Amino acid sequence: MADRSTLARTPIGRRPGRYVLRLVVTAYLFFLVAWPLYLVGRNTFADGFASLADVLTDPDVVHALRLTVVIAVTAVVINTVFGVGISLLLVRYHFPGKRALNVLLDMPLSVSPIVVGLALVLVYGGRDGWFGPTLEAAGLQIIFAVPGMVLATVFVALPLVIREVVPVLQELGDEQEQAARSLGANALQTFRRITLPSIKWGVIYGVVLSLARSLGEFGAVKVVSGNVLGETRTSTLVVEEKYLNFDKAGAYATAFLLALVAVACIIVVSVLRPKEER
Amino acid sequence: MSIEISHVGKRFGDFVALDNVSVSIPSGRLTALLGPSGGGKSTLLRIIAGLEHADTGRIEIDGVDATRLPPQKRNVGFVFQHYAAFKHLSVRRNVAFGLEIRKRPKDEIDRRVDELLALVHLQQFGERLPAQLSGGQRQRMALARALAVEPTVLLLDEPFGALDAKVRKELRDWLRRLHDEVHVTTVFVTHDQAEALEVADEIVVINDGRVEQTGSPDDLYDRPANEFVMRFLGPVTQLDDQLVRPHDLQIHTRPEPSTVAGRATRITRVGFEIRVEVTTITGQVVTVTLTRNEFLALGLRNDAAVHLRIAPNSPTTAVATTDQPSSTSPSLAASH
Repeated sequence: MADRSTLARTPIGRRPGRYVLRLVVTAYLFFLVAWPLYLVGRNTFADGFASLADVLTDPDVVHALRLTVVIAVTAVVINTVFGVGISLLLVRYHFPGKRALNVLLDMPLSVSPIVVGLALVLVYGGRDGWFGPTLEAAGLQIIFAVPGMVLATVFVALPLVIREVVPVLQELGDEQEQAARSLGANALQTFRRITLPSIKWGVIYGVVLSLARSLGEFGAVKVVSGNVLGETRTSTLVVEEKYLNFDKAGAYATAFLLALVAVACIIVVSVLRPKEER
Repeated sequence: MSIEISHVGKRFGDFVALDNVSVSIPSGRLTALLGPSGGGKSTLLRIIAGLEHADTGRIEIDGVDATRLPPQKRNVGFVFQHYAAFKHLSVRRNVAFGLEIRKRPKDEIDRRVDELLALVHLQQFGERLPAQLSGGQRQRMALARALAVEPTVLLLDEPFGALDAKVRKELRDWLRRLHDEVHVTTVFVTHDQAEALEVADEIVVINDGRVEQTGSPDDLYDRPANEFVMRFLGPVTQLDDQLVRPHDLQIHTRPEPSTVAGRATRITRVGFEIRVEVTTITGQVVTVTLTRNEFLALGLRNDAAVHLRIAPNSPTTAVATTDQPSSTSPSLAASH
């Protein structure tokens, strides 16, 4: 027994390879993620709080930040509701075309956001879009307006909630739901009292990833927004604009704010998330 | 509170799970649906509960046509093999679930949950989560949860299947006593013939989507309707073209009227009983079980000449397929 247990442990636990592996991974993450992010922070605070204060007192930037938050939150709400719905459909029901739907749901992750933007213009464009003129006649402008930007953001972050929730639902099985039904609960009561509490952490994690992704969306939004200063310019577009206009301090400060929110989201969740899960 | 099942059929794709099944389950009794895995008994139970829909036929619970009713309107209690405990709720909240859904007053719920926890001996575990209970405790919790809504029928799908042998035995006895106290019409699914014979008032034997026989444990054991029921309910062996229980065979050392001659080819002791394999003059291998005392009185040895006959009034069935060389059914191993 003693021989076997040391044998079992050595390959992973005791060899020097373990330390080499640790070093490689740490270095890789450091140069790829930590160091660049740190530099953004250092550049932001190069002259103390001056550039951050400049950015936060610029009404155009403040408008852009606010717009980003509105669009991101709207997109996350939409993606959460539909994401949970689609996950239930995928896991709990059998229907023809299920595999096709599954592939379609991964499209947003594989297609470049700029393609998404162009595709939306083709459909919803106010002048020669497939569907746009009709909507525009009804007084609803999609492209070069907030609805189009929300649409683009929803599209890009679509799979994130689903890919978090589907495995949790599969793992959960449907016995608890059947038990609830047999005890007198209707579909809504079963969902609210049994399913939702059980998939809670999957949903929260999906929401946080979607939020982070939505705050940072650039390509698709750039195409559909029209990038009008003080109207449809989001924070990511501000960063680009400032960078291209040699306002590096402003660009870094805005970028720092964006990164800060995203990092905060992920930290909050990993602190909240119960230790025994994952 | 009786359940009338008439002409129920169910297919899953090409597989026929139930083929025109009609059963009448009596009120206030403990009925077992017994049969091999994949025979359709769980499907039938799930159709009674409304968790599955019959393709054809009709289900009546307590005189009410329930065929199209959703599960939450049938007022049945269902207990799953793997407990289906609500993992995020405490034991108390699990048991209270059905009452909370029915919007009963808080103090009534508290009182009822206390009663039920006492009934299933889980009083001191009320605040625990299901993950902190053992398998047997979880199944008792599931039972209390199902009983909380005062169901017209209680349905249990292989309720003890996931438990180890000792706990299974305890829970089996306990279910019998509980039923004697509560008297709710109860149907449970099992593939274990000992469990059905020991616990049930009535047994419905289901195989290949059809009902083979319905009756009391004594009926089924003493008067099996066919070869399948005979083989499924206990060990059998074959003498000529008759299926018979190995303990219903008599061994004599001298020829007697209507005995068959042979030799004892193998003698095995299994606990309290002795299993003797006899090869008859026609080459048929027959298994006979004896008690230790019978065996000692006979003074049998390997290769001794013996004479066999079926004890008078023993249940036997004629075998349809005579080409079977081995005389013992697979259930012999399972039942000892």
